[in-house]
Amino acid sequence: MTSYALFLGCTIPARQPHYELSARKALTKLGIELVDLENMTCCAPPPLQSIDLETSLAIAAYNICLAEEADLNIVTLCTGCFESLAIANHLLKEKPELKAKVNKILANAGKEFKGNKEVRHFLQVLMNDVGVNRIKMDVVKPLDKLKVAAFSGCHLIRPSELLHFDDPERPRIFDTLIEALGAKSIPYKNKLRCCGGLLRGYADDVALAIARDKIINAHNAGADCISTLCPFCFLTLDLGQMLIKTTYKEEYNMPIIHYAELLSLSLGVDPKELALEFHKVKTDTVLEKIS
Amino acid sequence: MTEEKLEKPTIEDFSREITRMLGGETITYCYQCGTCASSCPVAKTTDRYNPRQIIRMALLGQRYEVLNGDSIWLCASCYNCQERCPQKVEIADVIYALRNMAIREGNIPALYAEFANGLMSEGRLAPISKFLEKKRSDYGLPPLKPTGVEALKKIFSATGFDKIFFKKGEQP
Ligand code: SF4
Ligand code: SF4
Repeated sequence: MTSYALFLGCTIPARQPHYELSARKALTKLGIELVDLENMTCCAPPPLQSIDLETSLAIAAYNICLAEEADLNIVTLCTGCFESLAIANHLLKEKPELKAKVNKILANAGKEFKGNKEVRHFLQVLMNDVGVNRIKMDVVKPLDKLKVAAFSGCHLIRPSELLHFDDPERPRIFDTLIEALGAKSIPYKNKLRCCGGLLRGYADDVALAIARDKIINAHNAGADCISTLCPFCFLTLDLGQMLIKTTYKEEYNMPIIHYAELLSLSLGVDPKELALEFHKVKTDTVLEKIS
Repeated sequence: MTEEKLEKPTIEDFSREITRMLGGETITYCYQCGTCASSCPVAKTTDRYNPRQIIRMALLGQRYEVLNGDSIWLCASCYNCQERCPQKVEIADVIYALRNMAIREGNIPALYAEFANGLMSEGRLAPISKFLEKKRSDYGLPPLKPTGVEALKKIFSATGFDKIFFKKGEQP
């Protein structure tokens, strides 16, 4: 059995038990063991990188050290956590001077970054450890009536030079995994463009305008839902539709569904076990199409 | 540079200062083609923001305008520009470097101060409500493990993070 240290991050446990639940259920069903390690912290995402890059790098490295000590690779559900940790892991492995600098900081916390573990996003585990064939075989409720607008979020694919996740201009992994469930991954305008989420709380008007574009583009392409991989994109697009209603007087009712939820549903998990009530935009229209 | 006062800052001083920052190393490669601005979702949405212009102002030595303006805070860190820049300017990282500098001057947007607070007190950016923590077992989720906030505190004092943040006197 393949085991990973599950890196939960901050947003998922604070606001999105539905993401955590569906990911745990799906990965367990697919034969991946998740280990919850003590003492993990925030991953040091963009808002902290904005305050101090060096501290952020040290925090990311500290968390990787915990996985190194447990002799496990890391899997993240949040795309933001993936980026913070994967970039730190990459930079520190490649740049001995930076590694020495960060290790000097970490020594104060009794840690040393060695650089012998990998940081993976949930999708990579599905793609590489589980495999598309196994997923296809295990699907009991194919989503063949569902048209899905895939939205991976920025920090899974960019900067590609450091993340090496997928082709940055023509990514395929997410679409392949959606289609493995029997659903159709549909093209839509500006598919790879940011959701604006990181501007929430600083420039809410700009953030909402960018999110609205995304919703409209998926809507115009005839999507039944937008599928996300990042709790922050989810929040921006799901809660965002409540704000679009009050600000723009427009209603799209576009369900935002984490890929882990689609996966769990297609693997036969009872929707009642998935805490779907955490969605602001109701998911009923999607559930109706999964018989 | 012995007893005499330093000379007045020149244009180059600011770019040199930026290139010495983590993340800022590549700013001088920019040849102002504008690919970044045309790839930028924020610049497409508001004229308050243009990454090419920020870089231009920085390279022209407009330190005060760049570090005190609203503009550097409007980048959504989506890395689209960085992916496409023909000169391999690490634009999103340059913006981080500029923000790091602005914060050292005491310009901290309220939101970021809040994040830093959460991190320093709990090891997380977003607090977890008692309600949700209790609910976890109803959903069949394992209890949350404690965070390593004590270890983080040692990291903060090693990098001076706690001091950067308290500089403005907003905190005890
Ligand atoms: S794309 Fe690169 S070279 Fe062109 S203006 Fe932007 S930063 Fe400068
Ligand atoms: S990283 Fe910032 S500047 Fe670059 S395209 Fe995205 S929002 Fe615009």
